Amino acid sequence: MSAPGAGPMLRCLGVHKHFGRLEVLRGVDLEVERGEVVVVLGPSGSGKSTLLRCINHLEKLNDGRIYVDGELIGYREVNGRLREDSEREIARKRSQIGLVFQRFNLFPHLSVLGNVMEAPVHVKKMPRKDAEAIARELLARVGLSAKADEYPGRLSGGQQQRVAIARALAMQPKLMLFDEPTSALDPELVGEVLDVMKSLARDTGMTMVVVTHELGFAREVADRAVFMAEGVVVEEGTPSEMFAAPREPRTQAFLSRIL
Amino acid sequence: MTLALEFDFGVVREYMFNDVILDGVWTTIQIAVLAQLIGVVLGVLFALMRVSGNRALGFAAGFYVWFFRGTPALLQLMILYLGIPRMFDNQTLTTELTAFRAAVIAFGVNEGAYMTEIMRAGILSVEGGQMDAGKSLGMTQLQAMRRIILPQAMRVVVPPTGNEFIALLKNSSVAFAIGLVELLGAANLIYSVNFNVMELLVVAGIWYLAITTVFSIAQAEIERLLAVSDRERPLTLVSRVLDLMAARRPL
Repeated sequence: MSAPGAGPMLRCLGVHKHFGRLEVLRGVDLEVERGEVVVVLGPSGSGKSTLLRCINHLEKLNDGRIYVDGELIGYREVNGRLREDSEREIARKRSQIGLVFQRFNLFPHLSVLGNVMEAPVHVKKMPRKDAEAIARELLARVGLSAKADEYPGRLSGGQQQRVAIARALAMQPKLMLFDEPTSALDPELVGEVLDVMKSLARDTGMTMVVVTHELGFAREVADRAVFMAEGVVVEEGTPSEMFAAPREPRTQAFLSRIL
Repeated sequence: MTLALEFDFGVVREYMFNDVILDGVWTTIQIAVLAQLIGVVLGVLFALMRVSGNRALGFAAGFYVWFFRGTPALLQLMILYLGIPRMFDNQTLTTELTAFRAAVIAFGVNEGAYMTEIMRAGILSVEGGQMDAGKSLGMTQLQAMRRIILPQAMRVVVPPTGNEFIALLKNSSVAFAIGLVELLGAANLIYSVNFNVMELLVVAGIWYLAITTVFSIAQAEIERLLAVSDRERPLTLVSRVLDLMAARRPL
């Protein structure tokens, strides 16, 4: 497998995941190049969120492999067989992958600044002063400098999600995963979160995998769209191609319902 | 037949700040505070074992709770103070294990069983997404527990822990049975000499009320501090007093 710094940023090979008898992922193959923005579409229950959770090993795989920056995630190979990594090693690999949740999951007992500083200080062991400087810079980038000392409970959903993005970025991840980042928001708050994501893609060249139903965002920002159904990737293409002329019947059916 | 009321407030006033009584008060507070500390430490430890997902650890913690919650604290105290030293017939053990130390250890370990359940409930009250968020930032499970889950669990844990502590303050009086002179023991010591039984019991009662009132106010203060992240209801002195009067399980 390719060394860090070369080759695709993300490679999913034949990823299988089942919960009991329920097969959620049934052999997902997906590659994402460095700096690429990929949106993942699909009906609910198609396994999109589970795939993201597998990529940073919040879920164990039942089969297949996932590489991020050339590094096998969650496992190591011993004589051709996979063994699960130690917890510390899993945590180390996870710290290089940012995840933004549908329901934000900010830490309610910490201030906005505290949320963003938490992992740099306690996982990276960065001096507080440096972590605070980074955190303030990131909060400025998501337009929330004025809210640094507030607690998350006092922020709107859109503001909370922007803090969550800043919190993930504070670990300087190689790859950012977004799990329906705007689905829990009131319609009028969706735009501010998408704007932050757009500028992240354009200005920093961050590699992003975004599970979303926002086709406008996909069309405008994404390099590629991936359509998933029943635990497999059904169709891939540029967003404009796919939305204009979907090839697969399931893609057609899905798009006709949400367009 | 006349019913003479024999109750002398002068005796109550005289013994209220008697040295033996004050020593008893101090002993009662010490036992409760130390036992509660042991209880909290054991509670966190065994609660973590219970939610760890490891079957052996979970079983060990379950056994601990089952045993110490299922037998009376006094029995556990007597086993520790009277039974075990005799069983081992060890001179150092007998002299080192004073009634006070035995009471602190026995009540602490007993309290730990209740605290395990309280801590477990507190941990489970924190939304699952919080652990995911911690892990996704590169924390290990234990790190996320310590930095993310436990601080949030505390808000759920403090009120029942306050109840436990108040119960400990009062229940420490059973240590009287192994000859420990705590507050009730001190009253007993005095009335068995001067026969002012009712007066001395009233003295003890007033002291218990005074101590529990002070610690209840302290508890309300801790709860207020823990609520900073959603500072919506400012706690006034009046609302605090009302809270105190409305609540708390009777013993």
